[in-house]
Amino acid sequence: MSKSRHPALRDTIIAAVALVVILLIPAVHHSPAFEDYVIRLAAMALFATSLNLLVGNAGMVSFGHGMFYGFGAYAFALMMQLTPMSLPLAAVLAVLLTTVLALLVGAVCVRLSADYFAFVTLAVQMLFFSIIISWQSLTGGDQGLRGGIPRREFFGFDLGSQGHLYTFCAIVAVLGMLALRHISASPFGTTLRMIRDNENRASFLGIVLWRARLAAFVIAGGFAGLGGVLAALFVSGAYPELADWPNSGQAIFAVMLGGIDTFLGPLVGGMILLALNDVVTRVTEYYGLVLGIVILAFALGLRRGVLDFLRHLLAARAR
Amino acid sequence: MVTQTTSGLIVGMLLFLVAAGLTLIFGVLKVVNFAHGTFYMLGGYVAYSTLGATGSYTLAVLAAAAAMALFGVLFERALIARVYGSNVLMQLLICYAVVLIFDDAVKIVWGPDFHAMGMPPAFQVPPLFVFGGVVPPFYAVLIGIAALIALALGLGLAMTRLGKTVRAAAINPTMVSALGVNTTLLFAVVFAIGGALAGLAGALAAPVRSLSPGMGFSILIDSFIVTVIGGMGSIGGALVAALLIGLLRGFGTIGFPGFTDGLIYAAMILILVFRPQGLFGRRTA
Repeated sequence: MSKSRHPALRDTIIAAVALVVILLIPAVHHSPAFEDYVIRLAAMALFATSLNLLVGNAGMVSFGHGMFYGFGAYAFALMMQLTPMSLPLAAVLAVLLTTVLALLVGAVCVRLSADYFAFVTLAVQMLFFSIIISWQSLTGGDQGLRGGIPRREFFGFDLGSQGHLYTFCAIVAVLGMLALRHISASPFGTTLRMIRDNENRASFLGIVLWRARLAAFVIAGGFAGLGGVLAALFVSGAYPELADWPNSGQAIFAVMLGGIDTFLGPLVGGMILLALNDVVTRVTEYYGLVLGIVILAFALGLRRGVLDFLRHLLAARAR
Repeated sequence: MVTQTTSGLIVGMLLFLVAAGLTLIFGVLKVVNFAHGTFYMLGGYVAYSTLGATGSYTLAVLAAAAAMALFGVLFERALIARVYGSNVLMQLLICYAVVLIFDDAVKIVWGPDFHAMGMPPAFQVPPLFVFGGVVPPFYAVLIGIAALIALALGLGLAMTRLGKTVRAAAINPTMVSALGVNTTLLFAVVFAIGGALAGLAGALAAPVRSLSPGMGFSILIDSFIVTVIGGMGSIGGALVAALLIGLLRGFGTIGFPGFTDGLIYAAMILILVFRPQGLFGRRTA
């Protein structure tokens, strides 16, 4: 981390530059496959980075983060299908509902010790998943929510067109990442890291542990829900797989591959995972075999995420 | 009724074999072995091939157990042992990689289709009738074998020197190591036992359930729930919880078809919230 006098201003400028670059790319080089990739990455980035607020900052390993991603997707898709409300309103409501769900789940989970926190979040997610599967009249069961999401135009955005969806997802994702960055750089983020490193000390300093953890859990859940909204827009529906165990796994692997101690780590991990997915499935049907070997190489070779590894390397050079 | 009970008992016993290894490994090494379902799956396939080559089901079961014991040791030595010191999530990442690799390896070697192994010829006899229900003799034998292993495992842990060392290592591995026990070897042995149990379960399950590349994953989730409900590290707890889950699966299909899974997860959440250490787990400070 460089020592800037105005870190918030610096982050905002970086985000603005990144956004401009992302938005300019299609104008220079138009490639549907690339735009596709960025749209999926937008959802993945919010999903994985919000998880890392828990894993990296607060030291809370949640195995059930996919529940909020899936819930955001279902809530948004259902509101768009069943009511005539406008798209931004439905998106905001979906995120708010996800936050409420995270509050309810978190109220049960955050007081548990680390191991059991992981298991209970996993169990709650599996319960949620089986509710999706068995509540067929509402969710379409294992077929998922089909029939497409009506994409009502707003502010001149027509999300039926890929170009507009690209722009929309890029803006939402960059703003979301910027918000997450501010949260993790804020005193609240520092509090979380202190709890992670020494919860007794934090407790002696007057911090109410469960309240800080619950706040982190709710914030992370909300941003995962926002990622879910983008995912629902991309697939034009919602599928139980979004809330399933392997999807939570994907987020955890993105976080681990990219690095948990660096803010952009999960984003980089998500880029690697998605790129691998796209390249490997084109070459061979044995995606798992290749992905597994790559993960092993990273895990045994670097023993930490890519960005964390690079940072340690640079720090070692500087000395 | 009898049918549901026997099928519940079978599921429960198979779950116990897998979960016992899982809970043993966690108890001693504090490793949550997410690749344990892979051991089970490979055990089933090894038994399938051995049966095809030799025609002996006994040999097939033994081969599966032996092969998975070896696999467990290799897995621990070559992969897990490298990341003992680092973040626990690294273990998870490695286990996941192994699951991915072997699911595809199985597809390459045995094909992506379901395989039915069929009952061993010795058991192709008319079923027994117990309390007006039909019980195939193989089911009875399967439940018997699993119960025998549960007993042997329990006694072995309680009575033998190895069992005592394992229990001691579960409480304080550093102290055990300081007392001159080769803990590296002990860890490998624990993984071998866990692997053998899972391989055995896979071989025993092969005639009852069909073989498919995804079979490891479904049993993993269930045996995971079993270990958590029973208490991580408790063999007795694993047995009770496995039978509980097995019977819940057996009878749940009558009362709540389609929501049996949900019922099980709800039970797990309730138990964890009110008794976080599991039914039989030791409370750790």
